[in-house]
Amino acid sequence: MIRLAKAMPQAEIGEIVRVLADDPAAAGDIPAWCRMKGQEFVAADGHAYDVRKIT
Amino acid sequence: MDYTGDPAGAHAYLDAATAAPLHPVAREALLAALSDGWADPAKLYAAGRRAQQLRDAATAVVAEILGVRPDELTFWPSGTAAAQAAILGGLGGRKRAGRTLVHSAIEHSAVLHAARTADAVEVGVDRLGRLDLDAWADAVQAGGVALASLIGASHEVGTVQPVSAAAGFCADAGVPLFVDAAQIVGRAPIPSGWSLLSASAHKWGGPPGVGVLVVRKGVRWLSPYPSDDLHRPGNPGALALPEVVAAAASLRAVVSEAQAEAARLSPLVDRIRERVAATVPDVEIVGDPVDRLPHLVTFSCLYVDGEALLHALDRHGFAVSSGSSCTSSTLRPSHVLEAMGVLSHGNVRVSLHRDTSEADVERFLAVLPELVAGIRKEAGI
Repeated sequence: MIRLAKAMPQAEIGEIVRVLADDPAAAGDIPAWCRMKGQEFVAADGHAYDVRKIT
Repeated sequence: MDYTGDPAGAHAYLDAATAAPLHPVAREALLAALSDGWADPAKLYAAGRRAQQLRDAATAVVAEILGVRPDELTFWPSGTAAAQAAILGGLGGRKRAGRTLVHSAIEHSAVLHAARTADAVEVGVDRLGRLDLDAWADAVQAGGVALASLIGASHEVGTVQPVSAAAGFCADAGVPLFVDAAQIVGRAPIPSGWSLLSASAHKWGGPPGVGVLVVRKGVRWLSPYPSDDLHRPGNPGALALPEVVAAAASLRAVVSEAQAEAARLSPLVDRIRERVAATVPDVEIVGDPVDRLPHLVTFSCLYVDGEALLHALDRHGFAVSSGSSCTSSTLRPSHVLEAMGVLSHGNVRVSLHRDTSEADVERFLAVLPELVAGIRKEAGI
């Protein structure tokens, strides 16, 4: 989550950031992070979570 | 470490939803009953008859408060034991109807563990932690449902559940409803329409080790345990009678204070909800802001390890609970927070009780923002 927050400023608007996390909390917490920070949660595939930067 | 003689929780114990501090009436009744109610109530001599009197009086008090008949109520060694007996015995009594248990996604883990013995169908909740009633109606009306289970109010986020409406759907489908009322009894009005109900004395200020199970007349319940010589439905073996007497006495005292306590604590919960949102950046206040328990509030902080925050608060004298992973006995985050789709890390549950003062809450609110900021700084945020 912290690394996602740090990676976000380097991404361009519209770009997708892929997070690799094996923590079971990530499945709920990454979508919740997107909601709180106004970003778009795209999809999860196993331990990979895609987040699109929209703001 | 030097022994200081400070009793546990002397600073600001804010975890009443786990165990409320012993009510003074419970302490008095417990001490009296230890001298007076140690004998076996099944025996015919004087000491046994005295114990039986105490047991019957305690049963009558709790039954009256819950609005049920004394012969519908039994005492168990814990709220967990009572809840699991409700599930297992409720399923056993309805074997012919099927083996499906419909339950909300936010039941207590004791119920979820018992649910694994059945074909469990889980019904979700919304972002505020309120049961999806449409999905509930569909689930209980499907064939083969033996029992339904709905927690009266969430022990983790405080959201009060639409029990009466859920009970209506169960009644239409002919399915008995079990309500885990551990957080409600002694604090909020008991809902109607259920068939089985459980509660736990140490959640209302009674001693630990007393659970209550109510099975309404006409509800089929089969004990999941081997019987004892008394052949009565209920927990086999000796009753912790002094604790039961203390539980009943404290419940009567707590219920008489409940309205005033709710009126005092609920604004303190509102204050925590508002102030934490205003003073801690990147925080999510969880649960229904209005339709909630009067004494409980939960929030989650981004970029904060729940365990670290728990320890930091403990060092400042605050005892709170957390639904984050690694903060209790599990490595997983709370299934309640997961089901709601809210942030689970950096989670804190604060639950107040009759000894909680406004000054305790103010001190907590003053300390929290710097502790969160300190943990984030260490993590490089």
